[in-house]
Amino acid sequence: MPSIAKPVIASLILERNAIGLTIRDYEGPMSTLCAGCGHDSTTAALVQALWRASVWPHRVVKLSGIGCSSKTPTYFLRGAHGFNSVHGRMVPIATGANAANRDLLYLGISGDGDALSIGLGHLSHGIRRNVHMVHLIENNGVYGLTKGQFSPSADVGSRSHRGEHNTLAPIDPIRLGLSLGATFLARGFSGDKAHLVPILEAAIAHRGFALVDVISPCVQFNNHVGSTKSYAEVRAHQLQVTDVVPPQETAALSASDQVVDVAVPGGGIIRFRSLPSHYDPTDRRSVAAYLEDHAQRGEVPTGLLYLDESVPDVHERAGSTAVPLNELPYSVLCPGADALRALQDARY
Amino acid sequence: MIPTDVTDATYYCQVVDCQWACPAHTDVPAYIRLVGQGRHAEAYMLNRSTNVFPGILGRTCDRPCEPACRRGRVDDEPVAICRLKRVAADLRGNVSALAPRAARHRNAKRVAAVGCGPASLTVANDLLPLGYEVTIFEASTAPGGLMRTSIPAFRLPTAVLDEETSAVIEMGAEVRYGSPVTSMAALLADGYDAVFVGSGAPKGNDLDIPGRHEPGAAAHVHVSLDWLASIAFGHVRSIGRRVLVIGVGNTAMDCCRSARRLGGAEVRVVARRPRAFFKASSWELRDALDEGVEVLTERAPRRFVVEDGRLVGMEFDVLQWDDDATHSTVVGSELLPADDVVLAIGQENAFPWIERDLGIEFARWDLPVVDPVTMASTRPGVFFGGDAAFGPKNIVWAVAHGHEAALSIDRHCQGLAVDERPAVRASLVSQRMSVGEWSYSNDFNPVGRQETPHVELSRRFADLGVEVELDFTPAQVAREIERCLNCDVQTQFSAALCVECDACIDICPVQCLVIVDDAASGANGAVGANGANGAVGANGANGANGANGATTPGSGAGLVFVSTPLPHTGHVMVKEEDLCVHCGLCAERCPTAAWDMAKLHVTHPRAGAQTSERVEALA
Repeated sequence: MPSIAKPVIASLILERNAIGLTIRDYEGPMSTLCAGCGHDSTTAALVQALWRASVWPHRVVKLSGIGCSSKTPTYFLRGAHGFNSVHGRMVPIATGANAANRDLLYLGISGDGDALSIGLGHLSHGIRRNVHMVHLIENNGVYGLTKGQFSPSADVGSRSHRGEHNTLAPIDPIRLGLSLGATFLARGFSGDKAHLVPILEAAIAHRGFALVDVISPCVQFNNHVGSTKSYAEVRAHQLQVTDVVPPQETAALSASDQVVDVAVPGGGIIRFRSLPSHYDPTDRRSVAAYLEDHAQRGEVPTGLLYLDESVPDVHERAGSTAVPLNELPYSVLCPGADALRALQDARY
Repeated sequence: MIPTDVTDATYYCQVVDCQWACPAHTDVPAYIRLVGQGRHAEAYMLNRSTNVFPGILGRTCDRPCEPACRRGRVDDEPVAICRLKRVAADLRGNVSALAPRAARHRNAKRVAAVGCGPASLTVANDLLPLGYEVTIFEASTAPGGLMRTSIPAFRLPTAVLDEETSAVIEMGAEVRYGSPVTSMAALLADGYDAVFVGSGAPKGNDLDIPGRHEPGAAAHVHVSLDWLASIAFGHVRSIGRRVLVIGVGNTAMDCCRSARRLGGAEVRVVARRPRAFFKASSWELRDALDEGVEVLTERAPRRFVVEDGRLVGMEFDVLQWDDDATHSTVVGSELLPADDVVLAIGQENAFPWIERDLGIEFARWDLPVVDPVTMASTRPGVFFGGDAAFGPKNIVWAVAHGHEAALSIDRHCQGLAVDERPAVRASLVSQRMSVGEWSYSNDFNPVGRQETPHVELSRRFADLGVEVELDFTPAQVAREIERCLNCDVQTQFSAALCVECDACIDICPVQCLVIVDDAASGANGAVGANGANGAVGANGANGANGANGATTPGSGAGLVFVSTPLPHTGHVMVKEEDLCVHCGLCAERCPTAAWDMAKLHVTHPRAGAQTSERVEALA
């Protein structure tokens, strides 16, 4: 916990985004996480992405479960709504909130324990339903809050800070997502913001469930020699597969070779600026094969790995009202006993 | 980019803008912290170790530190450094136990100093503790030089002056009052091991225009320096009702305000150039205006008007200047009535007493040829300092010259090469007390600069000695010390420890840090290149902020730190020093303590300091 709050220097002239806000308007109170925690870096990347995307803070809902990762929504966007739910239950809460007000941006933050252990079932069904939300996994391979036990994302052979080697196979949220029909799958590294921020901006623009797996080292319990999720190891094995340009910045670019453009709702496009040969981020089989290959080599492929904007989200599928429920007049939302009776009569 | 060589002490020295700008290199942030802790005696002695006269300078210094102060770049107004020095001086109590003392055993070397002003007193202050016998020759009857004769008592109370000059003299200097040196040759013949000339620039410029030599004018046209000195020694006690002061330097301000106190009811300062080009410090001009002095600009003196053997006024050409005030045209004339005129149009050096066949060379304007580092003249064993060396400057420069001259004199007397100077020594000591705890107050306090309280106007003119400026109240002190950004507590970076987690970059409140790919960004500065990244990193927005204040060349304003390549990626950490508020958050958020906050202690060589070769030889 820092000794002081980050000071505001009133005379400092800061750049303003399209809605007139400075990056300081997207910050929150001081983090109580360990100094150098990857999660704080991820938070800073989110602050940048939200600022660049010119999102109104009061139009954002921050949701989380339990864990170090789930504390992070406190530390950014002080003007947003927030919900700290029970362990692993962030996705159901987000689904319910999204059902009530489809116009807000739902930003769920979870960890590898919260999302891949106790919350795995909910994650899976969130992916299947294509709930319109950004789901971040701050993935460090350990349970940091309970002092460093292996989490479900720990790699086989990775050594804990106490010396044990992990023998259980890891759950890879990206490959899991591919098998569940996910529509947006990305991986970033908290130590590489230049790469992570555009991914987050693309996630904000996505039509449905955007799963972003952020390798976010635990400096306290998983940053030692022998860990596969330390800053040094991830850096040594990071493989930037794709380089994306988010929708609000593609207008300025000219068309060039080796690009794939994908249109997103609202008229923008997400552009893949560089791709390996034979890699198509819109082809599920191509992506699966590539990831399988590189997982064998111990590499950490990062980037927006798979994107499909053709799948309807949960509202489109359910044919629910376009007007958020909280904006519907009471008479429409609750038409009264006569309407109910008419409905019952019609069905039975 | 070339990594910054932080083993060169001047890098970190430049970060401490105030100390770097101060000719005497006073450790400003350190004494401000001591004031904040109520340790006024220690704050005073820390000041005294470099500037010798904290009580005097706390009232009269020209404050080169304040325009340099980083706070002035961060929120427009610099820290009131000079006022806080005075607070330390006024509240110090008895510091005799801490004061330097003359050596018990003399070293059999005799040094003569000409003039008992700040430069000579500094030489005595530095040499007496080393065992030198110092004899000071003073023309007048009291010590202080221009500090006594040119600075009116309402700005510098006589008691303060007496106290600080006698603190040096009572260490054991022999002062011969009423003993003007009339011949350098005779002084040299007395067999002194070294002679220091600190006789100031005692000749006020006259204005040789028509009417000046008419009988009626002589008694009512005064040359500023002589006139102020006559007031200081009680020879002049009154002046006419209507007074014109010619000139707009700080001496002119002292003259017009003195005139107001001696009976001048209509006092006007007349200047040739427009207001924007005045030489007076803004605060001295403001005080003069507060006291009802009228300022007339764009008028050049043409003649003194004497009627019936009496001065009745002066005639001026009314000028029109171009925009940068380099060329003027006369557009009219004006007669201003006056009973007395005071000329404050500069001062000059005068050395009629130095024979020109002694090997002491003189250059233009009768200025001696003096080495700006060693203060040595062209004759070995003769040194100059203060206004005598390079013409009129201010007190703190005289002190700085005195320190350098004392070092030279010591080396000369010990048979060492005068132009070999001992190195500036610097050390960094971590200020980390615990997790999230520092030895200094690291939070940024947005409070504005405190206004110096003044004695109310009605009471100012009761007596010439009523000091106009008052001390800060305790509440003001408490606020003002928190405005200091502790620039001496440096951000010290150890590249080998960095894991590039970005925590420092994310937390920095002024976005002065960035990690850049040196190879990709090319040679011309990652800092500028990063501006393209918008809000990320050390940014272009800071550039716009630079417009706030005049930045001092070579100060922290333009400094950039570049680390050696970082272990993981080979990228480099870059820090713009310009607006860093030294909050220490980078060090608090660093998981590996690659950043630390470390206090810079700088020791500038003084008399008695050894060069490293000599230190080794003695060991």
